[in-house]
Formats: sequence, C-alpha cells, structure tokens
Amino acid sequence: MGIMIKEKEIVVPGEDLATGMDYLPSYGTFREGEKIIAGKLGLVSIDGRLIRVIPLSGKYMPKVGDTIIGKISDVTINGWRVDINSAYSAMLSMKDGTSEFIARGSDLTKYYSFGDYIVTKIINVTTQNLVDLTMKAPGLRKLGEGRIIHVNTYKVPRIIGKQGSMITMIKDATGSRITVGQNGVVWIQGEPENEMIAEEAIRKIESESHTSGLTDRIKEFLEKKKQRSDEK
Amino acid sequence: MRKDGRKLEETRPITAKAGVIKNADGSAMFQIGDTIAYAAVYGPRELYPKFLQDPTKGVLRCKYNMMPFSGSGERVKPGPSRRSVEISLVTEKALLPVLNLEEFPNAVVDVFIELPQTDAGTRCAGICAAAIALADAGIAMRDLVSAVSVGKVNEQIMVDLNYDEESTEGEVADIPVAFMPKTDKITLLQMDGEITKEELVKALEMGKIACKEIYEIQKATLKEKYSGESDEE
Repeated sequence: MGIMIKEKEIVVPGEDLATGMDYLPSYGTFREGEKIIAGKLGLVSIDGRLIRVIPLSGKYMPKVGDTIIGKISDVTINGWRVDINSAYSAMLSMKDGTSEFIARGSDLTKYYSFGDYIVTKIINVTTQNLVDLTMKAPGLRKLGEGRIIHVNTYKVPRIIGKQGSMITMIKDATGSRITVGQNGVVWIQGEPENEMIAEEAIRKIESESHTSGLTDRIKEFLEKKKQRSDEK
Repeated sequence: MRKDGRKLEETRPITAKAGVIKNADGSAMFQIGDTIAYAAVYGPRELYPKFLQDPTKGVLRCKYNMMPFSGSGERVKPGPSRRSVEISLVTEKALLPVLNLEEFPNAVVDVFIELPQTDAGTRCAGICAAAIALADAGIAMRDLVSAVSVGKVNEQIMVDLNYDEESTEGEVADIPVAFMPKTDKITLLQMDGEITKEELVKALEMGKIACKEIYEIQKATLKEKYSGESDEE
C-alpha cells in the first residue's frame, strides 16, 4: 500500500508508482488493478492524491490556449493551413485571421502568404486533433525578418524562465526581439551577430536546463560574449 | 560450458545508450556481444499517403535493415530483402502491444533499426534498441519490451546464441523471443529448427529470466540519459 517512488524521480514506462486506491492516476499514468503505473518517460509529480508523470521528451501536442509560432503551409478557400511543428497541422480560418473584413473570393495571400511565420494562439483542439487557430489576441502577429530555431518543447518553460526572467535577460543583453512559441519554435530578430549570441544562449539553456544556477551561468555567458563583441 | 566460455543461461555482455542520434525524436544503441543495433524513432508525425491513416489510432512503422558490411564480410545486397521485410513486420508486432497509439490518431511513428555489425540475435537486439528509443521519444507506453534468443545446440538448452552456435552442424533450434517484462507476456516467438515441447518450455523459462536482466539494463540506460533532470530547480 502507498507510494513507491519519490517526487521528481525519473520513471520509465511500465514502472510501478503506487498501489492502493488512495492515489489517483493523472497525466502520463494509468491504473491497472490496484497499481498506478507510469505510461511515459518523465518526472514524477505528486500533488495531493494525484500522481502525474511530466514528460521530458517528445513531439509537441497541441493544447488549447497555447501561444505558438506556425508557418503558413497552404492557402485554402476559407483560410490558411499552418504547420505548427507537431504531428498535426492547424487551420486558421478567414474570420479569425485578421480584424479587417475580408471580402469573399479575395486573395488571401495578401494577408499571409506561403512560408510566412505567424505568432498565433490555439482556440480549439478536437478529439481527432484538428486544430483551430486565431490571430485575434494581443501580441499575435505576422513575423518579419529574423531567424527561426527549433527547440525541445518541454524546455520552453526553462527558456522563458520565471515570469519571463530568462528570456528578458537574453533580450536585454543582445538587444534582439525574441518570441518563444510553446511548440518549441523560437523567432529571433536583431543584429546578425547578436542573433547568433541569442541562439547560442538558448541552445545552452536547452542542453543544461537540468543544472542548478543556470540563470547565473547564462548571465555570465552573455556578458562574456558582449565583452568580446565590444572589443572588436 | 560453451565455446566462448559462457554458462548456458548467460547472455553475452550488453551495453546500451539512449539518445545516440541527435536528429531523431528518440534513439538508442543496443549491443549484445558482437551484435550492434541502432534504433531511431521519428514521430508522431503526419502520415502520407493518406489512405494509410487510421482515424482511431496512430500507426507504427518499423524498418529493419542489416548494413551491407555487417555480417562476415561477404557483401549483402543493400535494400529490402525477403528476410528484412519479415523481420520488420515481426518487430512491429512485437512492439505494438506496449504502445498507446490512441493519443495521436491519423499520425505515424517511424522506427528505423540499423545493424552495423551482426553476430546472430539481430532481431532481438533491434527490438531491445527500439523499445529504449520509443520511450526516449516520449511515446506513451504500457511497458518496455525485452528480447533474447534461446535455443538448443548439441542437445543443450541455452540463451543468446551467437553466430558460431547458431550455425553448428546438426540439430540446432534457434528461438527468438520477446517479453513484456512486467507481465511476462510474450510478444514475439519464432523458431528455426527442431525442439521438443518440454525443452521449449525450459528454454522459454530461461529466456524469461534473461529478459528480466535485459529489462534492468534498458531501464538503467533511460534513467542515465535523463539523470540530470531530477535536480531541476
């Protein structure tokens, strides 16, 4: 009876987490008879009676309310098809596309054309994982010049940091504009050299996300890079 | 005692590593003796051609391939053969029972298994590597899969035959078997050769124990890759 693992322990699929009915299986776990078993590789999180497994790897799965960066992959009769770096593509309908009125039959590529990147928000996900997007919320826009990089979607919270502390630090140090999508797509715009420094910093966060004192190390890294570029 | 000094129930030395292929969503290397298997998992991703899509659950696609230089040095013709197509299929069937594919309807998970060096037991090594790679890719699973070959050589029941043993003159039985280690259910069972019922039961029992050992290695491999993650602030 009871719990068989510690909080924040790494579990592999099939591992026993708890026995008895005192605990409830939540995301990433399932019940088999008396036991609660891990259904994914990840970190265990125990919240009262709920046992969850927080995944550490894998493709982005669309979730309602996520702000993501997508790429226009097709223009259809009533909207745009958007590649959202997931197993599923999303639809941005004409009426959610802009705040302007779009007359029927008008050329939709005027607003977003093939290959354009947009910051967008997921408003609906069906059981078949059909995804609907909107552009009608603050901060959602078409992205201009800049560079796009892809990161592990489960590292996005670390890249943003607590209340955006980490990303603000990188933005300030490099003087670039950065947008991080929940789907692991990052857009950086600034001086080419600064863009590279920002990208390097983000890659560093991604690979060292698990170590403690990361914020300080990134700060140090950015300062060092800045010094070097000042010297030149 | 066997030719290479192993005990009958002893497997060859095993090493494994997760995350060996950067581009893949999940990957693993599994080496047992001189047999080396690499598995790379891509997906879930969109499945084309569209008629292959299943609206009720995701699809698993496996591809097993021995590299042309992998065997004894005789060049194998590259590309699919009757043998590799069959092994791809049984690998798929061996892995399916542990996967929860309902989470991503209409999508596909691709598993590529490549063997740069072979010394018998390749499909088992491939399945072991694929199980690690699938877990590494964050796919929902009920369990891992562990596989080993068992068999009979010179009237002796043994575990994990190498090529030398497998190709012995006379009566040889070679039985690759895959287990879901938690429930002891068999997901793959094939046979080459002749064996009596009693011997088969005994061989499978030995295989089950060997698979438990392999399972512990698979588990440790995965935990090692992510070991740093638990002291997240």
